[in-house]
Amino acid sequence: MEIHEKIKEIEAKISEALANVKISRHLQEVKMKFLGKTGEISELMKGMREVPPEKKREVGQLLNELRTRAEQRFDELNSKLKEKELEERYAAETIDVTMPAKKAESGSFHPNTLIRNELVSIFSGMGFEVFEGPEIENDYYNFTALNTPKDHPARDMQDTFYLAPDLLLRTQTSAGQIRVMENKKPPIKILSPGKVYRSDDDATHSPMFSQMEGLVVDKGITLCDLKGMLDEFARKVFGEGVKTRLRPSYFPFTEPSVEVDVSCFECGGKGCRLCKGTGWIEVLGAGMVNRRVLEGCGVDPDVYSGFAFGMGIERIAMLKYGINNMKLLFEGDTRFLKQFKD
Amino acid sequence: MKAPLSWLKDYVDIDIPAEELMQKLFSCGFEVEELIEVGKDISGVVVGEVVECEPVEGTHLHVCKVDCGKHGVLQICCGADNVKKGIKAPVALVGATVYATGKDHVTVEGVMTIKKGKLRGIESDGMLCSGVEIGVNGDTFEGGDYCGLLLLPREFENGADIKPLVGLNDYIFDIAVTANRPDCQSILGIAREVAAVLGKKVKEPDCSYTAVAGKYGEIKISDLAPELCPRYIGHYVKDVKIGPSPMWLKKRLSSCGLRSINNVVDITNFILLEMGQPMHAFDLNTLGGREIVVRRARDKEKIVTLDNNEFELNSENLVICDGEKPVALAGVMGGLNSEITENTGEVLFEAAKFARDSIRKTARALGQHTDSSALFEKGVNEYTTEKAMARALHLIQELNCGTVTDVHKDVKTEYSKLENKKMTVSVEKINALLGITVPTDKIVEILKSLSFEVAVNGDSLQLTVPRWREDIDLYPDIAEEIIRLYGYEHINGTFMPSASITNGGYSPEQKAEMRLKQALSGKGLYEISTYSFYSQKDLDTLHIPENDGRRNAIRILNPISEELSIMRTTLAPSVMQVIVRNLRRGNMEGNVYELAKIYLAKELPIASFPEERATLAIGMWGKCDFFDLKGAVETVADVLNTKFEYVPSKKEFLHPGITASVICDGVEVGYLGMVSPQIAGELALDRPAFIAELDYEELKNHAKPFRYSPLPKFAVETRDLALVCDKNITCGEIEKAIYGACKYVTDVKLFDVYAGGQVGEGKKSMAFTVTFTPKDEEISTRIDGFVKKILGNLKYNLEIDLR
Repeated sequence: MEIHEKIKEIEAKISEALANVKISRHLQEVKMKFLGKTGEISELMKGMREVPPEKKREVGQLLNELRTRAEQRFDELNSKLKEKELEERYAAETIDVTMPAKKAESGSFHPNTLIRNELVSIFSGMGFEVFEGPEIENDYYNFTALNTPKDHPARDMQDTFYLAPDLLLRTQTSAGQIRVMENKKPPIKILSPGKVYRSDDDATHSPMFSQMEGLVVDKGITLCDLKGMLDEFARKVFGEGVKTRLRPSYFPFTEPSVEVDVSCFECGGKGCRLCKGTGWIEVLGAGMVNRRVLEGCGVDPDVYSGFAFGMGIERIAMLKYGINNMKLLFEGDTRFLKQFKD
Repeated sequence: MKAPLSWLKDYVDIDIPAEELMQKLFSCGFEVEELIEVGKDISGVVVGEVVECEPVEGTHLHVCKVDCGKHGVLQICCGADNVKKGIKAPVALVGATVYATGKDHVTVEGVMTIKKGKLRGIESDGMLCSGVEIGVNGDTFEGGDYCGLLLLPREFENGADIKPLVGLNDYIFDIAVTANRPDCQSILGIAREVAAVLGKKVKEPDCSYTAVAGKYGEIKISDLAPELCPRYIGHYVKDVKIGPSPMWLKKRLSSCGLRSINNVVDITNFILLEMGQPMHAFDLNTLGGREIVVRRARDKEKIVTLDNNEFELNSENLVICDGEKPVALAGVMGGLNSEITENTGEVLFEAAKFARDSIRKTARALGQHTDSSALFEKGVNEYTTEKAMARALHLIQELNCGTVTDVHKDVKTEYSKLENKKMTVSVEKINALLGITVPTDKIVEILKSLSFEVAVNGDSLQLTVPRWREDIDLYPDIAEEIIRLYGYEHINGTFMPSASITNGGYSPEQKAEMRLKQALSGKGLYEISTYSFYSQKDLDTLHIPENDGRRNAIRILNPISEELSIMRTTLAPSVMQVIVRNLRRGNMEGNVYELAKIYLAKELPIASFPEERATLAIGMWGKCDFFDLKGAVETVADVLNTKFEYVPSKKEFLHPGITASVICDGVEVGYLGMVSPQIAGELALDRPAFIAELDYEELKNHAKPFRYSPLPKFAVETRDLALVCDKNITCGEIEKAIYGACKYVTDVKLFDVYAGGQVGEGKKSMAFTVTFTPKDEEISTRIDGFVKKILGNLKYNLEIDLR
């Protein structure tokens, strides 16, 4: 029967054609030759018109089967080829993922900025606002108003750089306390970070360094409030479980004055090299604001009381990051700076 | 302040170990910086008796049999010249540690461990020791200075540990005394604190003496500078016999590091240590007119002090004079002309109070710092001044080295403090300051232990303050006394229950600074911090001219060194230093910035607050070019939400062809450029370096507030324009012209530059992408018109053609 032969013939042609197809794009062309609008199978199907009616059903079925089989064969090969081609592409495109990254090298903040930001974020949560006073101060703001008159031995605690008989590089950010109290009525909660200067130069002292001063003046402020705030500070800066210890000290502008130690965050207080075996590390000085200082600023010490604290930012940075030489902070050595991506 | 435990025990019955006392002192405000164990290097040394001693032929050695009691009789070979049968001397047993000495037998060169050994083939089971070898000297033990064997008394038991016998069982507390407690700069002062923490009584030193009445002639004392000398006491001692001090006195001085001189001088030194009152002894025979005048020095007046140094004085210096001339630099050092000598027969003792700042200024100005000046600078109190004189006279009698006369001159002035301070404090107020409740009886107990007299009257306490506590001023001082002895462990944290709510955080201006730093660090720059001071030499390095404004720097009157002597007027030298330092250390590339102040004087020398101007400096070196630096500068413009223009310019230290001024809103705000090859050569920089400096204080005025603008309804349009122009026309000029020609232009971006054959000699081609942003209307049909207008303008103003 003619139709059967034709079908066989076409199927043989398809087999032959498929055997020669190596890439999917070519397969598509071949497919069109058989299944396209003018393809051989389509042409054959167009011939259905001439088939006698009693055969139409049979021939129609045969041709449909032919088409279905052909499509199947094309699809199978197509997916095989596609898979192979993808694999080849993957192989060709494979890269050495261990080669260096393309990235814009990120810079860093100076350790002091990191610590300063951390402290400001802790204390601003407690309601402290940031005030920055001038670095060049006069004798009044740096000493006299802080209850340190000219003949006071406490002036020897700080070797001062003088610029003129009455102008100096501030030795402490406490100078800013006075400027705030003169201009602002209680309640006062300020933080005053900034550079300070002392005539000292060795491995643990630098003629320029930074301090962060805190001041609270309000009704009914007590030494216990100072302790409570310091506990919070120690926990947030040095970690959960770090405790504070107050011990007597002396600053002319506070009374009582205390030195504040935190339990060693390295050894948990057992004693190690960092805490020199004592279990405690000295971090700051603090105290209740001296009545004479309040009075001098026009704040009634019978109504208001307050506390102040001051810490060396470099000291905190050195403790926190384990930096052993203060000089490194001011040298601008990029090998040092690039590490601070905290 | 060094306080030996053995000496403290003279005044307080201390019944706890040294370590425990150290802890107690610490918690009451006296940090022991070091607890020094006397004789800690010495161990295994016992008393030995030489029972046989035979010379070794042909040597200076003796072979001895030494009876060391329970350690047996040992054979020891000894080279000392004073070894002989029957003596007792220290024996370092095998395994003992003693000091190794140099060839001179005096210089200590380290610690050595004694081993069993042979000297000239003779076995030696230890070593007979000298004083130096076991750490004693003539002031701590009789005969300790002799470089042969230390001869021990017969009564020392053979085999007994040597250390307690020769005073090597002591501890020295090295105590940090705070500036408010000058009364504790003495053994007695520390003893008072020890007594308070231990709840014991202080045994006051004996100050009793009997003056011999008689007509000894008047001694005149006048105080012409009471403001510098509030109190002056003089006492005349006759029949003085200068000689050595007794062993106990030498030992005391030695335990604090002082060597004995003679009995009279030793008494004054002893009182300085014991009571914290510097005293002076004048040879009365050298005082012209048997007179003392306390006065300010005359200008150019001279004095030669005991240490044989001559000083020229002025009216800031206080001097002690006789009828004619200065005989002492008050409170600092005595004069050579009135020194105690072995022939001194009459002494005038001085105990005085001099003003703190006067002594400080004099000691500083003359560079003459003594134990005496240190004490006066910290402050002495007149109670101690009075006591000290009595104590000196007592010691004269105890040492039997003079006759105490009744010639006693006590000059009190309007600056004298003779009375005890009295104050009334409220228990409630004290507790309110502390935030806890200390029971009243505890408060009373503590204050009494500190020698306050206390009368309780309900809530109020009437206090009589001990005269040596000049630091006690207001009730918070009392609160501090209470809490430091009650214990800071009683302070429990609270969180300001009574305080008002306040808003915290950075001000908008501080936030802007942080944003700037964040942006620059985000762009790969490292933030640096450099000193605010440098030297004129650093300005020389950058070829800043002599008469330039930046040379008008504020000078530090007392700089650490010339390198750190002027306040900076520009950050460029600091950045240059950082670049040089990095390159020298092999950091071949880097980008840094600093936001810091420069200091501009309104007048020089300064007499008013100068201007502190926030300034931003950027430094780059290594693999980078001008445009990397410009990128960082543009970041600044972005953060401030403003635009910079760049105009070619010149700067002493920058490459004349690679330098620009930065203009913002028509104002010059800074510069950027490449370090000139000349300076790079002088600094031996082997990589290109770039510096920018921006006046941040000025830039703050140009920051535009951020505002959201709604998205345009119509799409933006872009056109690429390739232009041909004269090679000297700058990109900036063309950009400016394009912006100026059409108000719809919102961005002009250069994307190509070409110079060469195709555009002709002296020309270049520059290609720009121009962005047009519509306002409220469709503009796509009008773009061609805009372009035409732009090109027209470019042609007319700059002779630029479309390529």
